[in-house]
Amino acid sequence: MFLKALRLSLVLWVLIGLVYPLVTNVFAQVLFPYQANGSLLEEDGVVRGSLRIAQPYTGDQWFHPRPSASNYDALDSGGTNADVARADYQAEIIARADAVRDESSGIVQAVPNDLVTASGSGLDADLSVPAALAQVPRIARATGLSEEELSAIVARHTVGRELFLFGEERVNVHELNQALRERGVR
Amino acid sequence: MIDLLMIIVFVLLVTVFMIAIGTYMYRIFFFTEAPFDRLFLPVERVIYRLSDIDEDASMNWKTYAASLVVTNFIMMALMYLVLRLQAYLPLNPAGIPNMPPALAYNTATSFITNTNWQAYSGEVAMSYLAQMLSIIYPMFTSAATGIVAAVAMVRGLTGKSPLIGNFFVDLVRTIIRLLLPLSFLVALILVAEGAVMTLKPYVAVTTFDGTVQTIPRGPVAAYESIKHIGTNGGGFFGANAAHPFENPSPITNLIHMLSMMLIPSSLIYMLGLVLKKKKQAWVLAGAVWFIFLSMFATVYISERLGVPALTAAGITGGNMEGKEVRFGIAASSLFTTVTTAATTGSVNNMHESLTPLGGFVPIAQMMLNNVFGGVGAGLMNILLYVLLAVFLTGLMIGRTPEIFGKKIETHEMKMMAIALLTHPFIILVPTALALALPGPVQSILNPGSHGLSEVLYAYDSGAANNGSAFAGLDADTVFYNTTIGTVMMLGRFISIIALLSLAGSMGGKVATEGNVVSLRTDTPFFGAIYVVVVLIIGALAFFPVLALGPIGEQLVMWFH
Repeated sequence: MFLKALRLSLVLWVLIGLVYPLVTNVFAQVLFPYQANGSLLEEDGVVRGSLRIAQPYTGDQWFHPRPSASNYDALDSGGTNADVARADYQAEIIARADAVRDESSGIVQAVPNDLVTASGSGLDADLSVPAALAQVPRIARATGLSEEELSAIVARHTVGRELFLFGEERVNVHELNQALRERGVR
Repeated sequence: MIDLLMIIVFVLLVTVFMIAIGTYMYRIFFFTEAPFDRLFLPVERVIYRLSDIDEDASMNWKTYAASLVVTNFIMMALMYLVLRLQAYLPLNPAGIPNMPPALAYNTATSFITNTNWQAYSGEVAMSYLAQMLSIIYPMFTSAATGIVAAVAMVRGLTGKSPLIGNFFVDLVRTIIRLLLPLSFLVALILVAEGAVMTLKPYVAVTTFDGTVQTIPRGPVAAYESIKHIGTNGGGFFGANAAHPFENPSPITNLIHMLSMMLIPSSLIYMLGLVLKKKKQAWVLAGAVWFIFLSMFATVYISERLGVPALTAAGITGGNMEGKEVRFGIAASSLFTTVTTAATTGSVNNMHESLTPLGGFVPIAQMMLNNVFGGVGAGLMNILLYVLLAVFLTGLMIGRTPEIFGKKIETHEMKMMAIALLTHPFIILVPTALALALPGPVQSILNPGSHGLSEVLYAYDSGAANNGSAFAGLDADTVFYNTTIGTVMMLGRFISIIALLSLAGSMGGKVATEGNVVSLRTDTPFFGAIYVVVVLIIGALAFFPVLALGPIGEQLVMWFH
């Protein structure tokens, strides 16, 4: 019985551990090469990141992604694992919310939750629509673009719930900032 | 309102797939001729010939259990070898070193027991080859092991013979006819939606802001599909299914959740078909759905209400700490409920950053361990509680307890008691031990009630073969690696062996047809008894520690 178990384990090892992933790899690479290789963003033939992975954008002229537990280090994905019931955590989030209000010169009062909390992966490249709009006054001041134009950019890149049911309405930070670059923002 | 519609559609989708795959599994395991024989039989015959397996030989419970355990230990040894030697092997573009012994032991036990507890982060600790040979491999075989153990138990409880099938043949048929085709198809859908699937190396880029970012890649989609279909749950990357490359969109999130529910629910339906009483399947499915939906409502409402101090400071929308925007609170809460009901253990949000009452839900579901449950292990636990409910009501009405026409006697009761009591024992004793020792306490990130929850969650997750974590706990220490590793082994194999023994002894009994005075198990009344028994047993074992952990913390947050 031991020998049968050993031989079966080895046969299945080859079939599952090698044949299955390698065959799946070939099909994925042929059918969906862009997604399979990481949805990479290129500029003048140079890879600058991935559409799905957040990068730090620090300047006032850019849309900022959500806070990241790992400072957008893609080799260290994960959340803060903060205990939300703790007072020091709550104080930090409230300070971030105050900073958002200050940046908007007091226009923003209700602060969207996703803008001041860290994501689960630390690499969330999406914002809720209110979180993107909350940044519009700051970006308008820094770039000279009108708030109407910036709000229109947000609206144009907004993706709804899938099948009207699943997930949330959202907008990708890379796409927003690409739209800004196309309008000459540097 | 849309969220309510979402949950209704989700339940309907699960039910549709449950009927389809449950019927298919009934044909695979209970008939000599099954669909697509012309495609699958030749492949299976080659495997039987290479492994010298006689496909017509049926086993008694002892041979079945022994074959299961021996095969699993051989596989575990193969996995351990690759982890210890990955630096010298090919397909290691990131130059990842060998895994240290305690961590490799923990990882090998974790994946062979279908737990997928991870004290490492894949992007820095595992080569592509190790992901394939040490992780994808046991994701199939441990899932198949659970499924065939459940099938063998059903054969014993319902059949006329102490012979309960051939372990090797069942294992091969499960992998070839069910897991491989499904995983391949689902993997391609995941890639289409944005999941990564490549053997090309990591990409180092200069970001638009001028910083450097290294983007890890790998054979992710082939891993993700079986991870959820087999209720495994380990992440290719540290962030697991919160990572945009593992779970890029709300659609992939839905596919992941449906995959997790697929086989645990289908096995319940298969049981109904075997008994020729579909009503039995609907009663049991209804009972576990009742617990599931109560749990979902708890975590969903608690996350929507969020943290009172932050709401008062003008931050809107509830608790988004550790959650991804594309999923939001509804799809994150549902994923949390699914992954700890079907004991998968993948996460699309960080459970440690749930509100305390939200975090109560995964802990409680892993304690109950039969709200659908993992592939195979779930049905075995459901049947265990059915037997227990029959026994308790039998005592009340003064009748010899019977299940499916067969008497439940002393040997069965002993095996039930072993399977039932192991679970709280291997959760509570190691938790108490870790909290009493000075070293292990140092691993806690958030001291106080939350720290108790961190340690409790770890052993709960190991014992239920779930694998998710309150990830703030620094579990990569020799103490946690060895104790959690051992808890996973005990949680897996003690109950499988005890319940196969129970099935073998039931298989030797003759069913008395149509005994009118015995308690019927296919009525809504019995479904209610089932729920009450599950909740009473769970509460008796675990309420004190839950009160000290998440429940206490929530009360302090609300009223302090």
